[in-house]
Amino acid sequence: MRGQGIWLRGISGLGMAFLYLPIIVLVVFSFNASRLSATWQGFSWHWYGVLWHDEALLAAAVNSLWVAVLSTSLVVLLGVPAAMGLERLRGRGRQALDTIFLLPLVLPEVMMGVALLLFFVMIQWPLSLATVVVGHAAFNLPVVIVMVRARLQKLDPRLEEAAHDLGASAWQTFYRVTWPLVRPAVLGAALLAFTISLDDFIVTFFVAGPGATTLPLKVYSMIKSGLSPEINALSSVLVLSSMGLVGLSLAFQRR
Amino acid sequence: MADLSIDIRALVKRHGATLAVDHVSLQIRRGEFFSLLGPSGAGKTSLLRMLAGFETPDAGDILIDGQSMAGVPPNRRPVNLVFQSYALFPHMPVAENVAFGLEMKRVPRNEIAERVGSTLELVRLSDKRDRLPGQLSGGEQQRVALARALVNRPAVVLLDEPLAALDQQLRQQMQTELKTIQAQVGLTFVCVTHHQEEALALSDRLAVMQQGRVMQVGRPEDLYERPENLFVARFVGVSNEVVGTLADVQAGEGNLLPSDVSPSRGIRLSVPAGLQSGQQVVMTVRPERIRITPGHVADAGSNCLHGVVETMRYIGSEWQGVVRIGQSVRWTIHASNTASGSRPVGVGQPVSLEWNVGDGVVIPLT
Repeated sequence: MRGQGIWLRGISGLGMAFLYLPIIVLVVFSFNASRLSATWQGFSWHWYGVLWHDEALLAAAVNSLWVAVLSTSLVVLLGVPAAMGLERLRGRGRQALDTIFLLPLVLPEVMMGVALLLFFVMIQWPLSLATVVVGHAAFNLPVVIVMVRARLQKLDPRLEEAAHDLGASAWQTFYRVTWPLVRPAVLGAALLAFTISLDDFIVTFFVAGPGATTLPLKVYSMIKSGLSPEINALSSVLVLSSMGLVGLSLAFQRR
Repeated sequence: MADLSIDIRALVKRHGATLAVDHVSLQIRRGEFFSLLGPSGAGKTSLLRMLAGFETPDAGDILIDGQSMAGVPPNRRPVNLVFQSYALFPHMPVAENVAFGLEMKRVPRNEIAERVGSTLELVRLSDKRDRLPGQLSGGEQQRVALARALVNRPAVVLLDEPLAALDQQLRQQMQTELKTIQAQVGLTFVCVTHHQEEALALSDRLAVMQQGRVMQVGRPEDLYERPENLFVARFVGVSNEVVGTLADVQAGEGNLLPSDVSPSRGIRLSVPAGLQSGQQVVMTVRPERIRITPGHVADAGSNCLHGVVETMRYIGSEWQGVVRIGQSVRWTIHASNTASGSRPVGVGQPVSLEWNVGDGVVIPLT
C-alpha cells in the first residue's frame, strides 16, 4: 500500500510538473532584465513597462475584450433559453437536438474555423471583429448549454409546479424560482466562455478581417518577428487573468 | 348541494393505452378530510394532479365550489398542493416560502406578514422562520409545505402522500397533528395515500381505488366493517375468507355451505338484501373478531371452525397467529395480550376458532 502511494504521488507530481513548469518558467523569465530570453540577468519590471506602452498591443487587447464581452453576452442570451427548452423536451426530438447542439464541442477547431470562413464568404459578410464575435459565439454556445443543463437537471421539476400551483404565472415562476437557482451556473458558464473567447487563436485566425487583430493573433505575429521578453510579460498577464476567471467560474459552480 | 366542495363527474384519463382514471365520479363535502387510498398505479395520483390542474382529463369534468375547472390553469385554481417531495424553494427562507402564494395574489404587505405569522404559529415553526429549507428536519419541512398551502386559505388543500417521507414515529405524530390542523382551519383536505392505516386514521371518508376505478367510498368504519368487494376487504385490513354457496336464506340470515373447509356444523351468517340461496359467495372475518380456544370444542354457541396453529408471534399488544383450517385455507387471528404475556396456544396444537354470526361479511362472487 505504502509503496503504491509513493508511486502514485510521484506520477501525479511528474504530470503536474509537465503541465505547470513551462508556465512557471514563462512567468519567471518575464521578470528577466536581459534582452535575450534564455539567460537570467537579474530581476526587473522593465518588460511590463514596455508592454504598457505598446500601442498596437493594447489595441489588440481592447479588441479581445470587446469580442469576449459581446460573444459571451450572445451565448448567454441564446444558451440559457436553449438549455431550458432542451430540458423540457421529451422523446426522440430531444436526442436529435442534443446531438446537434453539442457536436461543436468535439468538432476539431480547424474545421470549425474553415466552415465559419466559408459561411461568411458565402453570405458575403465582410470579415471584421463582428465575424469574430459570431465565430466565438458558435463554439461557446455548447459550453453554456452543457453547464446550464447540468444545473437544471439537478433541480426538482416539482419546484416549478409548486410555484405554478401557488398562483405564479410562467414568467413569475422563472423570475422567482428557476432563475435564482440556475444563476450561479449561468455566471460560471459565462466566465468560462469569456476565458475561452479571450484565448482563442484558431477560429479567430480564420474569421478575423484586416485590422481585427485580437491579442492571441498579435502575440503570434510578434513571435514571427523575433522573440522579445515583452511576450513573456504579456503571456504572464494572460495566464494569470485566465486562471483567475476560471477560478471564479468554479467558485460560482460550487454555489 | 350547498355543502359540496368537489364534484368529480365521470372523469377519464388515459396514459397511452392504459386507463389511468376510468370514469370516476366522487362527491367531496366542504370541510371534509377525504382520502384516495390504493396501491401504486391505482390512478389516485393522476386524479390528484387533475384536481391541481397539472394534467388534463380526457373526458368528464371537475367542479370546485360549483365552478367547472375545465381549461383553468393551476395558478388560477382555488386549490393548493402539498407535494410528496415538499418542493420547498431552496433559496428562500421559511417565511418567504410561506408568503409566496400571497405575494403572487398581490395581497397587501401587512396582511401577508400577519397571515404568514399566524400560519407559522399554527404549524409551530415561528422560531424557524428565517431558516432555509435545507437547514430543517424532514418533519419541519413537511410542516412548512403544509403552511405554504394553508396560508392561501384555498377551497381545497391537496396532499400527495404527505407522510411517506417520514420515519414511523414522526409519521404517527404528524398524523395527529395533520388531523388537528385540518379541524382548526376547517378547509377541505384531499389526501392521496397507499398506506391504509394512515387513511383510516386521518379521513372522515375515503375512496379505495384500483386500476383507475373507485372500488368503494365511505367512512373508515364502513370500509373496514362492510367491505363491498374482495379488493376492499383485502386492501383495508386483513381478510379471513371461506368460499361457499348460500343456502336457506330467510329473513336476512342464511347458511354457508363451504367448498374449501369442513366445519363441524353449518356456518350461519347474515345475508345482505338481494342475495339468494345458491349464490356463490365469499365470507370474510376480521382477525380480531375471532376467539381462539385450545382443543376442538364440540358444541360452541356461535360459528366454529377447527384447525391447527402454524405460527404464533408476540408483538406486545397482541398475539398474531396463523391457523390452518382447511387443505389450503389459513386464517390470521389477533388475540389481545390480556394475560401477562402468556402464550394462548402453542404451535402445532389443535384449536377452535369461533366468531359471531354478525361478524362474517358476505361478498358475492360474480
